[in-house]
Amino acid sequence: METAPSGRPSPGHARPRRDETIFRIATASFAVLVFVLMGGILVELVRHSGLSIRTSGLAFLVREVWNPVTGEFGALSSIYGTLVSTAIAMAMAVPLSLVIALFLVELAPPALSRIVGYAIELLAAIPSIIFGMWGLFVFAPFMAVHVQPLVKKTLGFLPLFEGPPMGVGMLTAGIILALMILPFVSAVMRDVFRMVPPVVKESAYGMGATTWEVTRKVTVRYGARGLLGASFLGLGRAVGETMAVTFVIGNDHTVSASLFSAGNSIASTLANEFTEASEPLYLSSLVELGLVLFGLTMIVQVAAQLWLARLRRGAGGGL
Amino acid sequence: MIARSRAGRRGADVAIKVLSSLAALAGIAALAWILWEVLRRGAGAITWEFFTALPRPPGEAGGGVANAIVGTLLMTSLATCMGVPAGIMAGVYLNEFGQKTRLGAAVRFSANVMMGIPSIVVGLFVYTLLVVTTGHFSGYAGAAALAVIMMPIVARTTEDMLGLVPNELRESALALGSPRWKATFGVIFRAARSGLLTGVILAVARVSGETAPLLFTALSSPYWMDGLGGPTANLTVLIFNFAMSPYAAWQEIAWGASLVIMAAVLTLTILTRAVFREVGK
Repeated sequence: METAPSGRPSPGHARPRRDETIFRIATASFAVLVFVLMGGILVELVRHSGLSIRTSGLAFLVREVWNPVTGEFGALSSIYGTLVSTAIAMAMAVPLSLVIALFLVELAPPALSRIVGYAIELLAAIPSIIFGMWGLFVFAPFMAVHVQPLVKKTLGFLPLFEGPPMGVGMLTAGIILALMILPFVSAVMRDVFRMVPPVVKESAYGMGATTWEVTRKVTVRYGARGLLGASFLGLGRAVGETMAVTFVIGNDHTVSASLFSAGNSIASTLANEFTEASEPLYLSSLVELGLVLFGLTMIVQVAAQLWLARLRRGAGGGL
Repeated sequence: MIARSRAGRRGADVAIKVLSSLAALAGIAALAWILWEVLRRGAGAITWEFFTALPRPPGEAGGGVANAIVGTLLMTSLATCMGVPAGIMAGVYLNEFGQKTRLGAAVRFSANVMMGIPSIVVGLFVYTLLVVTTGHFSGYAGAAALAVIMMPIVARTTEDMLGLVPNELRESALALGSPRWKATFGVIFRAARSGLLTGVILAVARVSGETAPLLFTALSSPYWMDGLGGPTANLTVLIFNFAMSPYAAWQEIAWGASLVIMAAVLTLTILTRAVFREVGK
């Protein structure tokens, strides 16, 4: 098994044929292309946000004003909106995914588990723009009429739920994001649950533990690190999700404590304003926003990949 | 540890079972709700004219999205022609040569990261590369953005699928004296056929519903295209523009286009499933 994958001739063997070398170099150069593209994105974004970086400096990151007319640009509201909508999405999607994975692995009979698992996978296949259409025309009015007034009546004293129930806004965006990352997170969590050796679970059952006790004290403990990795993957997706958020977040450059109020995210600002931007500084500021988003997702992705890679090594594959 | 009552433990167990069943149900309900609304609202817009005519000016009823359908098909095909071969070659390297090399590890890592980079950032990248330099939006730039998104997906699935081919097959081909490239394309690819096809369809399904990377590369256009050299109409950007407009007639067209896109993407996804089932046999 040792020699097979590399296929390199042993020392003393005849020189590798020329077509072998060509084949190897050809495939390697396409492989390197992936790497180059990733680096290229960073280089291009830095290059084109140069004007904005020179003009606004670090204040860009903490300034709330966004005024193309006076040429003042600050990313604060976009960054704030990205973080808040992502936080709402994570707060909903992670616990939901956990219990869905529990349902798929521990509770449902295999046939039902397959069907439900497949339906949830299909949810992942639905394009972002469809979520946007549904969110704007169906879900936001539903929120405005049924959900938000109810929340207002019970928890309206909190600053979180101030303002009129408009439907669109931070909360609606967060809920739709949660729906969108749910399939990814629950799929990885399902795999993590499946990796727990049956004998460990059986011994707990043998001692008279209930399903929930086995899950909480054995399965979740055993797979804790995998569950964290799954959550990271969801986080990475939520941060950069564009179209669905653009449809329902309300697109307003303000920082507001209320989850009912309209806001914006980095991605939604780009989607809305990029084609309208004609001033060089305006364009450059938008590219810098893109650079911030790239940086955010890189951090999350790299952390998630390193984490999962370490796990896989520890578990000896299978994830 | 405090021993809890039997009833309390049973109660907690039943509660969590009910909760997790409800959560699974909620996931399915969300899927059904979305599918139903798109079907219901989109079906009204689907007429013969919808597939054959150009969009009408704002406020006028009727009109179609023929130019956008052609644009989406062309750009997706072109992106597939660029992204799939490149992705497959990279995947071949990862599995056949790069399993234990440092380059392989670096490429595998960056492919995983690339798959998680927001598509709007890829759009921005291609904008700086192909729109700023040429001075105009184009269908080629749109296709390039889609290809950049496809390539890492195809590379990773290719690697995984080639990895499923038993090593004995590889060894026997090489033992017969066949060169490595012949063994790969002639023997290993044939064995991994369904798996490779699955990866390709998956990547096509993924990009055919993409909007963000096209917003500032292909842009959009109300006219028939004159090649891919200029702004190119496409379904997803049209949905965005028409849905955000205040005109009811345009919004209805947007729902019709949503139905077309959703049907296409779901068909491809289900096809993936059907093809992949063959692998198991």
